[in-house]
Amino acid sequence: MDKDKLIFMYERMVLIRKFEEKAALLFSQGQLAGFLHLYVGEEAVAAGVCAALNEDDYIVSTHRGHGHLIAKGGDVNRIMAELFGRTTGYCKGKGGSMHVADFSKGMLGACGIVGGGIPIAVGAALTAKLNKTKQIAVTFFGDGASNEGSFHESVNFAATQNLPVIFLVENNGYGEFTPQMKAMRIENIADRAKAYGIPGVIVDGMDAAAVYETTKIWAEKLRAGEGPVLIEAKTHRKSGHSEGEQAFLGGQAYRIPAEEELARSIDPIDILRSALIRESGATEEALAKIETGAAEAVEAAVAFAKDSPFPSEADLFADAWV
Amino acid sequence: MKKYYIKAVQEALFEEMERDPRVFLMGEDVRIGCFAATRGLCDTFGEERVIDTPIAELGVAGAGVGAAATGSRPIVDLMFGQFLMLAYDQISNQANAMRYMFGGQTRIPIVYLVQNGTGPALGPHHSNSVHPLFMNIPLVKVIMPSCPADAKGLLKSAIRDDNPVIFFNHTSLGGMKGEVPDDGAYLIPIGKGDIKRQGTDITLCTVGLMTNVCLEAGKILEPEGIRAEVVDLRSLKPWDKALVYESVKKTGRFLAVDESYHTCGAGAEWVASVAEDMFEHLKCPPQRLSGKEIPIPFSPALQKYAVPNVEAVVDRVKRMVGRGAPR
Repeated sequence: MDKDKLIFMYERMVLIRKFEEKAALLFSQGQLAGFLHLYVGEEAVAAGVCAALNEDDYIVSTHRGHGHLIAKGGDVNRIMAELFGRTTGYCKGKGGSMHVADFSKGMLGACGIVGGGIPIAVGAALTAKLNKTKQIAVTFFGDGASNEGSFHESVNFAATQNLPVIFLVENNGYGEFTPQMKAMRIENIADRAKAYGIPGVIVDGMDAAAVYETTKIWAEKLRAGEGPVLIEAKTHRKSGHSEGEQAFLGGQAYRIPAEEELARSIDPIDILRSALIRESGATEEALAKIETGAAEAVEAAVAFAKDSPFPSEADLFADAWV
Repeated sequence: MKKYYIKAVQEALFEEMERDPRVFLMGEDVRIGCFAATRGLCDTFGEERVIDTPIAELGVAGAGVGAAATGSRPIVDLMFGQFLMLAYDQISNQANAMRYMFGGQTRIPIVYLVQNGTGPALGPHHSNSVHPLFMNIPLVKVIMPSCPADAKGLLKSAIRDDNPVIFFNHTSLGGMKGEVPDDGAYLIPIGKGDIKRQGTDITLCTVGLMTNVCLEAGKILEPEGIRAEVVDLRSLKPWDKALVYESVKKTGRFLAVDESYHTCGAGAEWVASVAEDMFEHLKCPPQRLSGKEIPIPFSPALQKYAVPNVEAVVDRVKRMVGRGAPR
């Protein structure tokens, strides 16, 4: 695979990781309010998918959305400022972690309702079809969301209209704290595609190159007029469902021990890093420079956020009615 | 020229789709047009802009949101108000919130079009008045006209509005005839009420079919020397407080007449506002006539008692002006 593309994905993945680790730290220190759902461990999915998209393609995200926005080219300063509830945040402090969005980059928003973003991508694809723009829409959602009615209604509708939508299920094995196999009787969510008469594809979600290649193939097919596809990326949550989740769990464990061990032992960033050195001739120095640069960008984002003003009461009704 | 209400709705759809290529229509059986409003549009605008969807209210309502967020102007026909319950998540969590919660990055110009209220014995799942459930959502507009001309002028405004609009056609009004301007520029501003009958003794505040019920009651009361003023709000949110308050200043009595349920119904909102702001002008406590708190029963013999009717309005008005038997 093209080295520049791999490096591009590596940069985005490392930036996501550094951002999320910093957010976790800030949260544990009580510096961030609200809920915080981290993308640690799943970086290869967003990075691989978005590297295969055009700038004007649409993505719709989930409650675990920082990674998707960074992968689509989002500005970490504005994401961090949003987490801090400041006016310089993407949503001017109105959305917070679960609602980051950058419409200028085709990122139509993270979403606090499980499955809530799925139909929105279908609508974005309707616009693309109406305007004959050849744009495609990707909706990210989890294994848990694939049990929602919105998934069924959206995939079926998109299939009947032959819409250019990639339904990208990030199967991390858990819907909140409930293992996948307690919430469905199938192992592969891609199998559900058959019920809608569309292709279902499984990809290793820990392998950014594989995610990229798969997405690229299907993105091109969709641009050529082929209908929707369901791509299942098998991935692992290295973080929990929600930071500080021990408060909700009351000391109870919910991870399946073997899966937890696997999640700990494999890392999508390590996998791509090794491949870059082994197969693409990337140097340690070059990769270390990317890592340092990402860490610095995140530190700068924190400083930017903390230096930014909070909204005032006068902002309460801004951006309400058009 | 006199036209059917449903024809006025069809004209509004046709004119606005012709005017703006970003406008498109989707929903269950919109090509056939079960209520005739959307019938024939596909012949002119094609299947790309008149989209028959699966029966999937949540998915279609949400697809409308995504289309609106990306620059289209969808009209989503979900047939009946009670079917909107299946789409409530996308309307109350996404359509209304996206602009605000994303800091103004987008706008959601979408119209949800449904029938609402009692019809010809349609039973418990097709007769309810669901408008208060949408009045209780921030940042959506809610409309329910009472006559063909208002339907046309308001629907055209709704389609041109950049905010989400829930447009309720009263189920019983499709066959109503009335004068409708042919002028394509004919618009009625959202949020403007209309005094459909002038009076001096009591303000009847109402919307949709109940406007016609109140007008009928007004006619019956006239020979008895009671002049009822009928304020047709037309828009439930935002609603024309100024017009209502002017009327209350004149009449000193206020009766809300609405099909929706008593508890947290539309009338509750109107009466509360009048009590808060106009107390010193009132000669007697402001009152409500509302739908009875039951699913709307099927039998025509029962349905007529489930929502306010002409006799109930006449009776209540007489009591309020001191002409009836004590309550």
